[in-house]
Amino acid sequence: MDNRKPDLLQSRSLTERWISAALFACAAMSVAVTAGIIMVLFFETVEFFRQVPLSEFFFDTQWTPLFDQKHFGIWPLIAGTALTSFFAMIVAVPMGILIAIFLSEFAPERLRRILKPVLEVLAGVPTVVYGYFALTFVTPLLQGFIPELAGFNSLSPGLVMGIMITPIVASLSEDAIYSVPASLREGAIALGSNRLRAIRHVILPTAFSGIAASFILGISRAIGETMIVAIAAGQQPVLTLDPRVPIETMTAYIVQVSLGDTPHGTLEYNTIFAVGAMLFVMTLAFNLLALYLRRKLLKGAL
Amino acid sequence: MRKKGIAQDLSFRAMDEKIEKAFKAIMALAVMVPFVILAVLLIDTAVDGLPRLGWDFLTGFPSRFAARAGILSPLAGSAILMILTAAIALPLGIGAAIYLEEYAGKNAVTAFIEINISNLAGVPSIIYGLLGLGLFVRFMNMGRSLLAGAATLSLMVLPMIIMAARESMRMVPGDLREAAYALGADKWTTIRKIVLPLSLPGILTGVILSLSRAIGETAPIITIGALTYVAFLPDSVMSPFTALPVQIFNWISRPQSDFHVNAAAGIIVLLVIMILMNSLAIALRYRLQRRID
Amino acid sequence: METIEPISGHKEKGGDEDRRDYTGIRDGAAVIKTVALRAWFGSLMALKGVDILIAAGAVTAIIGPSGCGKSTFIRTLNRMHEGVPGARVSGSVYFAGQDIYDPKVNPVMLRRRIGMVFQKPNPFPMMSVKDNVLAGIPLQGTRGSAGDDVLERSLRQAALWDEVKDVLDKPGTSLSGGQQQRLCIARALAIEPEILLMDEPCSALDPIATAKIEDLIHSLRGGITIIIVTHNMQQAARVSDYTAFFYMGELVEYCDTDTLFKSPHKTRTEDYITGRFG
Repeated sequence: MDNRKPDLLQSRSLTERWISAALFACAAMSVAVTAGIIMVLFFETVEFFRQVPLSEFFFDTQWTPLFDQKHFGIWPLIAGTALTSFFAMIVAVPMGILIAIFLSEFAPERLRRILKPVLEVLAGVPTVVYGYFALTFVTPLLQGFIPELAGFNSLSPGLVMGIMITPIVASLSEDAIYSVPASLREGAIALGSNRLRAIRHVILPTAFSGIAASFILGISRAIGETMIVAIAAGQQPVLTLDPRVPIETMTAYIVQVSLGDTPHGTLEYNTIFAVGAMLFVMTLAFNLLALYLRRKLLKGAL
Repeated sequence: MRKKGIAQDLSFRAMDEKIEKAFKAIMALAVMVPFVILAVLLIDTAVDGLPRLGWDFLTGFPSRFAARAGILSPLAGSAILMILTAAIALPLGIGAAIYLEEYAGKNAVTAFIEINISNLAGVPSIIYGLLGLGLFVRFMNMGRSLLAGAATLSLMVLPMIIMAARESMRMVPGDLREAAYALGADKWTTIRKIVLPLSLPGILTGVILSLSRAIGETAPIITIGALTYVAFLPDSVMSPFTALPVQIFNWISRPQSDFHVNAAAGIIVLLVIMILMNSLAIALRYRLQRRID
Repeated sequence: METIEPISGHKEKGGDEDRRDYTGIRDGAAVIKTVALRAWFGSLMALKGVDILIAAGAVTAIIGPSGCGKSTFIRTLNRMHEGVPGARVSGSVYFAGQDIYDPKVNPVMLRRRIGMVFQKPNPFPMMSVKDNVLAGIPLQGTRGSAGDDVLERSLRQAALWDEVKDVLDKPGTSLSGGQQQRLCIARALAIEPEILLMDEPCSALDPIATAKIEDLIHSLRGGITIIIVTHNMQQAARVSDYTAFFYMGELVEYCDTDTLFKSPHKTRTEDYITGRFG
């Protein structure tokens, strides 16, 4: 070892300072990504609105940018997205909450530790695989019950998407229920409540904001989900609430245009950014709402 | 509440018992449904695709004839994409994680970065595709190349990697850090010699899991303009390319059911790759746990 | 079965070493009787065979150093102990002519007759003051609504009515700590239990809030049987008729409160109340 006594006043070395600056740059990179997303979407969308009036985008009821007779009303795409997301949530909300209650209140600790990662596997199956499943298995199966169901429809991909989202809703709801202090559970039991009533009147209301956050994040995932709907829901942007007919979601439209050979700088090219901006704003709003609700849960849970 | 004077007897109530039993049955059903569906999905795909799977399929190029088509070029594309993505995202992600865990003060900037990261994790993957299209393909002139694809996927997996890395760095006991400081080590040395070696298996686990997500991602790759018919192997990072899920999607969207068989076979290959990556991740996590215990 | 080891190393003052109960309570006057009551956490035996008679309508204090099993003891009386993973009970607790550990007994029904107040106030955060007091109705699934009379009566019994009558619709958690604890007492009283178990109800409270709770225990005396666990010996001396001293999972001495604190029968008890250990 060095025999000189270390100088107490020696300042932090230059390398140390460079390193911390480089590490900060890495962390700041994530902010740059957000900025990049916003800028790309913003500039291309502005370009789009130079040629298409805002009023048409928000009030026209037809979306036909790839036809000769062009209309740029976003509603058919939003309706398609809402429809598939609705069916997804019809599956994911009840299943997710039931699984969450089972895992946190009924399952023994060992079973809980096994089930949670296995459920995560379900959420990790590539969406193109779910799309294949919806198109080649679920749709023909449903056609057995609903003869008028078209080969492309919103029902089948919506339900399959619900299965994909269920683990997300279950896992986040379970976190929320698990965070309810044991003292409240005991308080309810000591009042002569059985387990179910304690869950219904004390535990679920206390975890409510966290559970709501899990639903909202589920909706956000459903809105942004692309491949299942691109494969099995169709490419016909029609303004309908009929679950049996082909529709087109915002995400599927972006895929449709990306697959074609749309040259840069054309109006068609700009449409996908305008639709993307809409999608981004919607998911961001849901994500921020979920973040707010989860913060509230943490504060509320003493 | 209770009528005065009439003491309740202490025995069980048949109705409450029945309701609890029914609820338990419904919960058991809800827990089983996802597994049943997963099983059906796997069996359905296996039945469709297994007969098609063979050496020719793995080493063949795409073809207009379903029976002759193979997945060599998308497989190569996906492999190179993964290597490039890891090379870009790993240093960035670990750097950001080290900063946030070890250097960042508790201030507004840190809070902003953290909210930003958790929000990025919730951005739909197709939006990353639009970012890649606007930023890498057009603005940075990378064209529809492997590099543009890998850069796009890197940004997409970055939040996941940062969160995984932070979590495993947090598992390193604080007294080990203090022991290093007490010996006169500076911060960076402590991180390099103590924190990183101990948390590396955990970080790698997170990275592998993120990459296994990325390898199945289709939407962003399509958006930045991966081709759907590539009859050659890439010769540089600037080559046009296709990827396995894109090829699968292409086959699914054909009306002919022969191509659906190809899609099923492709899905089997994709799932096997993902299972291998996940097993590797689990093995690493196991090793980490043993080391910390 | 483990044998109960006598507490060794101390020569007893009074003749009979095995005698623990000096209260003179007879079976007929008791509302609870435990026989060879043992309780475990996993392999750790927290109660090592307790036989005790609790006098009806009296206030009984349970004292002893931390870890002596006093909290475990009252949690076995309404079968809350078994809710802890790995927890186990043997022996008998007689209440209302039943051994409550008989398999036929429904612990849910038992808890409707034996109320409990916990160490830390635990009002339900998503409920108003009013809903907290009346929480027993939805939680027991009772049909028909209890009127405002139950609300007012319970809050008056808990000496909280005057303080909260204008904020009944505010969240229960918006009250001060002492008010929250009295709210929890009101909540327990609203179900009209025959016995009220209090597990160190003042340990999280300041002296003023503690005094209010002690006053309320005084005012409840006679109408309801109260068993209160406390680590505060002055509190036990102030509020209780009988005091039981627990040490290392055993009942050491059980006596009327005055005698126990003025002239205890056992050396162990004397050592504890004079502060020589604990």
